[in-house]
Amino acid sequence: MMNFDYVRPANVADAIAAASEQGSTYLASGTNLLDLMKGGISRPSRLVDVTRLPGLDRVEHLSDGALRIGALVRNADLAHDAEFARVYPAVAEALLSGASAQLRNAATVGGNLMQRTRCAYFYDVASACNRRWPGAGCDALKGENRLHAVLGWSEGCIATHPSDFCVPLVALDAVVEIEGRSGRRELPLEVLHRLPGDTPDRETALEPGDLIVALRLPAAAKDFAAHARYIKVRERTSYAFAVASAAAALRIENGTIGEARLALGGVAAKPWRACEAEQVLAGKSPDASLYREAARAALADARPSGNNAFKIELAQRIVVRALTLAAAGTPARISALPGSPFSSVAGA
Amino acid sequence: MNLPISLTINGVRRDIALDDPRVTLLDLLRERLDLTGTKKGCDRGQCGACTILVDGRRINSCLALAVSHDGAEITTIEGVAYGEEPHPVQAAFIAHDGFQCGFCTPGQIMSGIGLIQEGQAGDDPERVRECMSGNLCRCGAYAGITEAMLEAQANMTAANRRRSA
Repeated sequence: MMNFDYVRPANVADAIAAASEQGSTYLASGTNLLDLMKGGISRPSRLVDVTRLPGLDRVEHLSDGALRIGALVRNADLAHDAEFARVYPAVAEALLSGASAQLRNAATVGGNLMQRTRCAYFYDVASACNRRWPGAGCDALKGENRLHAVLGWSEGCIATHPSDFCVPLVALDAVVEIEGRSGRRELPLEVLHRLPGDTPDRETALEPGDLIVALRLPAAAKDFAAHARYIKVRERTSYAFAVASAAAALRIENGTIGEARLALGGVAAKPWRACEAEQVLAGKSPDASLYREAARAALADARPSGNNAFKIELAQRIVVRALTLAAAGTPARISALPGSPFSSVAGA
Repeated sequence: MNLPISLTINGVRRDIALDDPRVTLLDLLRERLDLTGTKKGCDRGQCGACTILVDGRRINSCLALAVSHDGAEITTIEGVAYGEEPHPVQAAFIAHDGFQCGFCTPGQIMSGIGLIQEGQAGDDPERVRECMSGNLCRCGAYAGITEAMLEAQANMTAANRRRSA
């Protein structure tokens, strides 16, 4: 690991000033950043430790019905908050399907959003990677690429964003609150992460010094509590990234889908909102043929980036499973294997 | 760079002058404080051998900078027994052959103690396996580990009930 300066500012303004300088980066719990630094992939010259910044570790119910989650709330604390899990069950299930208990105890909400889009070639400093070294090329294109992106990729980069948490969040129209050099602003989570295009090294819409201070779930996100699931296929039962995943949330009224939300994980450089599929579902009666039609719409633009055409079919089946389980109703308790399609299931 | 920090480790306060911000809690424990019970497996947060409790929560000490944890209360495998009497999780690992070579065992036991405090698994073996998935065992002692965790959980719940009765 390259040496670095360490600073622990006392307030957000000092943190932004310190992190605006070239080579500086924020440190929260470090579960992704320290791993990348140990591998020589990230080489910051200064870490700005934000873990002690006051007021960022709270969950607040706002007067307009929104929920504001401080950026320093730990993933495990949010997932195990019974009231949170009851109102936003797909978010809690996604959190518990990610990483390990140890990592969830450490990892923060803001850090989860800011984890890097990555693949094995990004990690291997002997390989060419445009994301790590702009202009170097992409060894993944002709390498082991069965787990890579099938949506939104470019010749520049075919890596996927590994967050589970972000998938239901983007489906529920989550908003990111940011403090920066020019004050406070907010962005839909949908536009926080960028597709690779010609500049895969530019991963987010954030500017130097920008600090995510909170995540907000708007009031309408509560409408899906009765019918929301996150389903994730992995190469082992637990503690693995998604090969593909889907968050499905339905508002069902008198046997009809009033509104549907759908997003996919493990398929692109960002959490992938499937708006066309949502339109297919809206106003219809929930049934298997409708779910298949929605799944086809969600993957209509997909194309293999290598030896991964199977993911297009797999992702469609996961969408169908997530919709089927969501329509059957949110279980009273998150299953023993969160997100797993192999859990004992009702209605599948 | 001189970075003074203070930690309470297994109940004892330690004032430490770090000379390098790169030192992880794992390396601090093993290399500088001679507490080598905590193991370094992958050093990248993938195997769980380095699991310790920080302020009562299980984390991977390999992915935690010591300087960022100034003031924390830390429990390692050296601090869990009651004198000569093993912790109930330690006793259950022995009773159920929850290990073979033993390298992952301190991390497994610290993770198990953390899990029981979290209260998320109860008497469900599937939940125990899921909640212990951050600890790899290359010898494949998982069956014994699951049995040990179920027994430790039951024994500790019964002991708590007796204490509060």
